[in-house]
Amino acid sequence: MLNVSIYRYNPEVDSEPYMQDFKVDTQGKDVMVLDVLEKLKAEDPTLTFRRSCREGVCGSDGVNISGKNGLACITPLSEAVKGNKLVIRPLPGLPVIRDLVIDMSQFYAQYEKIQPYMINNTPAPAIERLQSPEERAKLDGLYECILCACCSTACPSFWWNPDKFIGPSGLLQAYRFLADSRDTATEERLANLDDPFSVFRCHGIMNCVQVCPKGLNPTKAIGHIRSMLIRSAT
Amino acid sequence: MANIRTMSFDAVIVGGGGSGMRAALQLAQSGYKTAVITKVFPTRSHTVSAQGGITCAIASDDPNDQWQWHMYDTIKGSDYIGDQEAIEYMCQTGPEAIFELEHMGLPFSRTEEGRIYQRPFGGQSKDFGNGGQAARTCAAADRTGHALLHTLYQGNLKNETTFLNEWYAVDIVKNEDNAVVGVVAINIESGETVYVKSKATVFATGGAGRIYASTTNAHICTGDGVGMALRAGFPVQDIEMWQFHPTGIHGAGTLVTEGCRGEGGYLINKDGERFMERYAPNAKDLAGRDVVARSMVLEILEGRGCGENGDHVYLKLDHLGEETLNAKLPGILELSRTFAHADPVKEPIPVVPTCHYMMGGIPTNVDGQALTIDKDGNDQVIQGFYACGEAACVSVHGANRLGGNSLLDLVVFGRASGMFIEKQLREGINLKDARESDIEAAMVSLNRINNSAGGEKASVLRAELQTIMQNYFGVFRRGDFMKEGIEKLNALRPRIENVALEDKSNAFNTARIEALELQNLFATAEATAIAAEGRTESRGAHAREDFQERDDENWLCHSVYFPETKTLGKRGVNFNLKTREAFEPKVRTY
Repeated sequence: MLNVSIYRYNPEVDSEPYMQDFKVDTQGKDVMVLDVLEKLKAEDPTLTFRRSCREGVCGSDGVNISGKNGLACITPLSEAVKGNKLVIRPLPGLPVIRDLVIDMSQFYAQYEKIQPYMINNTPAPAIERLQSPEERAKLDGLYECILCACCSTACPSFWWNPDKFIGPSGLLQAYRFLADSRDTATEERLANLDDPFSVFRCHGIMNCVQVCPKGLNPTKAIGHIRSMLIRSAT
Repeated sequence: MANIRTMSFDAVIVGGGGSGMRAALQLAQSGYKTAVITKVFPTRSHTVSAQGGITCAIASDDPNDQWQWHMYDTIKGSDYIGDQEAIEYMCQTGPEAIFELEHMGLPFSRTEEGRIYQRPFGGQSKDFGNGGQAARTCAAADRTGHALLHTLYQGNLKNETTFLNEWYAVDIVKNEDNAVVGVVAINIESGETVYVKSKATVFATGGAGRIYASTTNAHICTGDGVGMALRAGFPVQDIEMWQFHPTGIHGAGTLVTEGCRGEGGYLINKDGERFMERYAPNAKDLAGRDVVARSMVLEILEGRGCGENGDHVYLKLDHLGEETLNAKLPGILELSRTFAHADPVKEPIPVVPTCHYMMGGIPTNVDGQALTIDKDGNDQVIQGFYACGEAACVSVHGANRLGGNSLLDLVVFGRASGMFIEKQLREGINLKDARESDIEAAMVSLNRINNSAGGEKASVLRAELQTIMQNYFGVFRRGDFMKEGIEKLNALRPRIENVALEDKSNAFNTARIEALELQNLFATAEATAIAAEGRTESRGAHAREDFQERDDENWLCHSVYFPETKTLGKRGVNFNLKTREAFEPKVRTY
């Protein structure tokens, strides 16, 4: 029997959060953490968490698993269980709504701040805008972000300044548009980021890189933005 | 007294996936007060899981490609019950809709010429089936749905669409004229119930793959739109037509794109034989999905399945080489390593046909207006009600959808619905306000669940429902089995209506949402069962052992399921092409 400890908090019932212990029979199988949560919810329907695709592409089920942020649906027990114990908490640093469900408003607000859409005011051609495979390759490692918030909520700089530091996820997306040969708003985008907080609160701790379930590298993207900002200042 | 708050909009879109966000974008761009009600944050909608691409004749891979060839393939793929007018509209308008997405920033993969990369998919041909395999599916690696959904969300942010994120629509509000004037919805975070009033209500609620035990669909695909429509007394069309995707990962159900076979992968049985050469000598592994799925099941039934239990076959990709796999199918490598514990660079992926797509749905015309059928068998527009995407049956997929056509359906008909509503709003929409009793009528189901005392757990009932559908209404169907399945559903109905909801709390109560979703799953499953038993022929995805032939004399038509009588009617297929004479039904071979 696997020992599972889960963060519980229902604002209508509990005066404060607590850890609840469960025992789960996984029949020795190396199932995913989400399978364990689903099994427990079948028994106790009050257990609350987000989930949808169950294949690591929708970004709903980011949680803190035995101390490390990740997606419950693609984290096998073999990676998560230590000493026959699995500890599941909500992603850290953002307000908890209930159990494992956090309020992601600040995270989304930072995403919206970077103007996460293509800006190109030149008249569009009758077909697609052309882009070489080399230009397109610059978007690899950027466009795949699923907005799960595993990175930003693992980042001490984001914990301190969630209202002013864009955070790794938002900055990865900022660079996704800066790097796109079809986008023409480079100067405007850089101007919006040019303050002591938006980008420069990143101290290269690299927690984001360590936890990203899609294997993306926000620190590298932030480095590119820094260089662009420094270049545009000189 | 209903006694709930009212929020008013010009247009409300229920569903934040591809079709919903494309419709919303159109309306937001025109300045109308538009809201999207979505039970998950929009980029978590199931469109995100689409992999291989979006099929459209943009003439990139082949400069001489023609949308008419795509139209022909789609009609043939539908086994001739796709509406030809709608298919013509989709294939002709498609390129415009794709280029718009590209201009919005969708990061398509590229050719050396800088154009959008296109790959071959099943059922694609040049020159009306005479010119060999076409490569017509526009791709962003194998993450096209992700790229498309995020691009549409970004476009909506740019145009300041109102999003009611993590809100759940419970039921349709109809006025005294039987017109739709909004929905009752729950704010999941606070638990507040609100009447969301609208001049135009668009259902873009997606599919219901979760009626089956084994599905590629996300947990959220629970047929909410179909369930709500049926409870409101509106019919659904061709709901017996469920696509089983040939390549779901054995055991996990997760999808492996048809693009794998498009890039040169193929299926093998336990003897290592490329068995599709026997079933479809020309198209082989790129025959229609229904054909490939049936062939796989036959291989398994005849003892040539793979693995300890001989219950799956293998998809072989290693011969394509690591470089190609990394460049073209990076997501598949991840999924296979995670869920099949197989590295496609070195070994084949265990796959099995898995429920994937609902071809049927709410019948609509090309403008997205939802339809019902009057006593004389004529189409009647339901005022105020629209549907697009998988929830709708417009019908471009008929009895079998071609790979890559669902994403095209989403953007083309999301856009068309938006454009048509925009025009109607400009001309003025006047629907009578809902009376108190109309709003109360839309809260009956919710109240029943909120007041539940006793009953069984939703998780137990859902599993039973999924097992019945899997066992009695799968790839191959038989009348006597289906009758037995319907009996089992009848026995399950009162238990599902009486589902337990012990937790009555308001804050983010997902138990309440799951109890409501269960009602929609059941409604969709029941309609599926009755329609499947009623269609006494084999066509497209609907394969009957007791009626093995296609019966054009009796069944070259849509089935229409009426919820109030639980009976099946028929509706004519549209053969009115605007640009040429209709394609007559032919024997369908690949």
